[in-house]
Amino acid sequence: MTEKQRQELLEQLLEKQKTGKLTPADRYAIPPQEMPNQDSVERRSNVHEVATGYTETQARLEAMRCLQCKNAPCIKGCPVRIRIRDFIAAIAEGDFKKSLSIIKENSLLPAVCGRVCPQEVQCQQTCTVGLKFKDTDKAVSIGRLERFVADLDKNQDAVPAVAADTGMKVAIIGSGPGGIVAAADTRKAGHDVTVFEAFHKPGGVMVYGIPEFRLPKAIVQNEIDVLTKMGVKIVCNFIVGRTRTIEQLIKEDGFDAVYIGVGAGLPRFMGIDGESLIGVYSANEYLTRANLMKAYKFGKGADTPIAMAKKVAVVGGGNVAMDSARTAVRLGAEKVYLIYRRSENEMPARMEEVHHARQEGIEFHLLQSPKRIIADKDSRVIAVECLKYELGEPDSSGRRRPVPIEGSEFQIEVDTVIIAIGNIANPLIRQTTPGLEFNKWGNIIVDENCKTSLEGVYAGGDIVLGAATVILAMGQGRIAAAAMNKYLAEKKTKAQS
Amino acid sequence: MPHKIVSKTRISEDVFTADVETPLIARAARPGQFVIIAINTEYSERIPLTIAGADAEKGTIRLIWQRVGKTTSELSDMKTGDCISNIAGPLGKPTHIQNFGTVVCVGGGIGNAPLLPIAKALKEAGSKIISILGARTKPLLILENEFAEISDELIITTDDGSYGRKALVTEPLKEICRRQPKPNQVFVIGPAIMMKFCCDVTKQFDVPTQVSLNTIMVDGTGMCGGCRIEFDGKPKFVCVDGPEFDGHKVNFDLMMKRLGAYKEAEQKAHEMYKEHQCKIGLDKTMDDGRGTKDE
Repeated sequence: MTEKQRQELLEQLLEKQKTGKLTPADRYAIPPQEMPNQDSVERRSNVHEVATGYTETQARLEAMRCLQCKNAPCIKGCPVRIRIRDFIAAIAEGDFKKSLSIIKENSLLPAVCGRVCPQEVQCQQTCTVGLKFKDTDKAVSIGRLERFVADLDKNQDAVPAVAADTGMKVAIIGSGPGGIVAAADTRKAGHDVTVFEAFHKPGGVMVYGIPEFRLPKAIVQNEIDVLTKMGVKIVCNFIVGRTRTIEQLIKEDGFDAVYIGVGAGLPRFMGIDGESLIGVYSANEYLTRANLMKAYKFGKGADTPIAMAKKVAVVGGGNVAMDSARTAVRLGAEKVYLIYRRSENEMPARMEEVHHARQEGIEFHLLQSPKRIIADKDSRVIAVECLKYELGEPDSSGRRRPVPIEGSEFQIEVDTVIIAIGNIANPLIRQTTPGLEFNKWGNIIVDENCKTSLEGVYAGGDIVLGAATVILAMGQGRIAAAAMNKYLAEKKTKAQS
Repeated sequence: MPHKIVSKTRISEDVFTADVETPLIARAARPGQFVIIAINTEYSERIPLTIAGADAEKGTIRLIWQRVGKTTSELSDMKTGDCISNIAGPLGKPTHIQNFGTVVCVGGGIGNAPLLPIAKALKEAGSKIISILGARTKPLLILENEFAEISDELIITTDDGSYGRKALVTEPLKEICRRQPKPNQVFVIGPAIMMKFCCDVTKQFDVPTQVSLNTIMVDGTGMCGGCRIEFDGKPKFVCVDGPEFDGHKVNFDLMMKRLGAYKEAEQKAHEMYKEHQCKIGLDKTMDDGRGTKDE
């Protein structure tokens, strides 16, 4: 469909709507709007964002596909309960400002979430249009619409209003999505907020982990700038537990409440032979080198090196595995294999990322898993030996358990192996915070308000949930901030009486 | 927040020391810990450096480094008054300090720097300190006087015999291990190969030996796993599980290979930096040579 055809269609539909003649059948007939993407060959050699975003006409057409269901099942699918039906109606009307303000009632980072949320298992999974076509791919593209209105707002100077100073101090540990939301919400209530970040740049997983081609750094920086404009202090290179402990922050530095959003922890390895060889990376290391440290510019400004891999095996089936594989492509790898022990149906990665990875030439080795990694005499990786698997009975996750096929070993020639099978909780806070309670996996135990076992200390995101998403971390940041605001208000009243 | 270099001196041909303003780290630092620095925010790499001393009152820490690659060269070219953009720490677990009885502290090359605060603290805790300091040649020996002050016995060795005993540190270490009673504890910090051979010696005599490892790191907080070593057959992270380990359980051979993972890239970066420094000398009007700012 050309842009002109789209415009004509939109006008016809709007005309029908005006006269009250627009039927659900008309809406179903609107073709789902494809996301314009950078060419799949061209983008292999640059780090720019792959999805370039809807045009205005596309956004309004896509919004017209929404049936405006009374029960709005999409909202139930959203972890932060964005009023999806209403923001989409506003887009269809062409009132993008109103649309964005509706989103912002519940979500602080729409430009981020529109890009990285796994919509197909959240809002879009329950969309009536998708159900009608028996295909979540044909559901209303809620994420793309969210991104569209958020991007229009890119250069906004509007800073959320901040209440009068309360004299209460809040420490936010970690500047990832949960920390940003918790910081904004507590600052709005008038508290004196400081965000502590261990890295030399704020943004957490959105700057060290998620690559530029999926989430441009400028978008994250924009959100950080908003925080700064609101008067939130951001302190980098500050490792809570080492530079100062939580106890010191509260007892010596006068913080009245603390939010722990330190994110994912130590990378998980498989425990197979050869994982410490040269050329074996955790996905965290590979992505941090490539993203945060800009290793793709090594020798052209950046000082951080990365393996100049020709043949890469990525192990795992989540978003981090897709990000690693697609980063390897952009760093010049000729062959990238994605090795996953289940089938594509069980892959936890976003559908769009899987699709993009395939387009970019990544070869999927499904129902296979590495058994050992093989090196030359200098301990440099030369191959990975894999076992083939078949699917057995469902396991505790509800997914069918992969069962190894005996004697099915074979080797793939590679020079780099990236392990992307998740993280385990970072022990630093646990080792340095007496009284804080953890579960057996090392995750912080919190109540429904994200409150920990320590007074005034709240936590959320990966350090509580294990592996989570940006939107879940944001949701917890918001819950915690509300609870902290309440706690601080009560504390102040008590102090005054 | 940028960190000002309040004083900087060259202590041997390629070794420099600087006191750097970083009040919070100065207050928190304990012997055995390290920092991660990145000279600039946009493009610098992050490298771990051990803390050779901390002055909580002045709010400074002492860094000692050897000029080997691009970042350490850049650091060596900085002057008093210049600023390092990023210093994070103190990282790693502090050394367990107690009165062990007789402790042998073995330092090799730049390893003397992190060893000094540990030896000092052990001395203060009541341990008897025998120090063995090794260097390739006399001009490369550092911190001799500081060690002389706190050691009950000080042995210097050089590979070429230009100063002290012409020997490797393992020779006097073996002799001391043979003494009756044998030492209670050994600490070794230096090049990986030296730590490996020292551990071979102390293992024969069954003397507990702590080594402090300096592997390749990115974040230093456990997140990247780039620093992992094989310890007792299992992976351990130097940044959060260390940097100190029971030296008898470390797979030094694999660690040394991993240390060489970026050798070529490091050389390339270093050469480009040297070339660039030469050009600056020739033509002051050149840009910063860092290529295009953004792609």
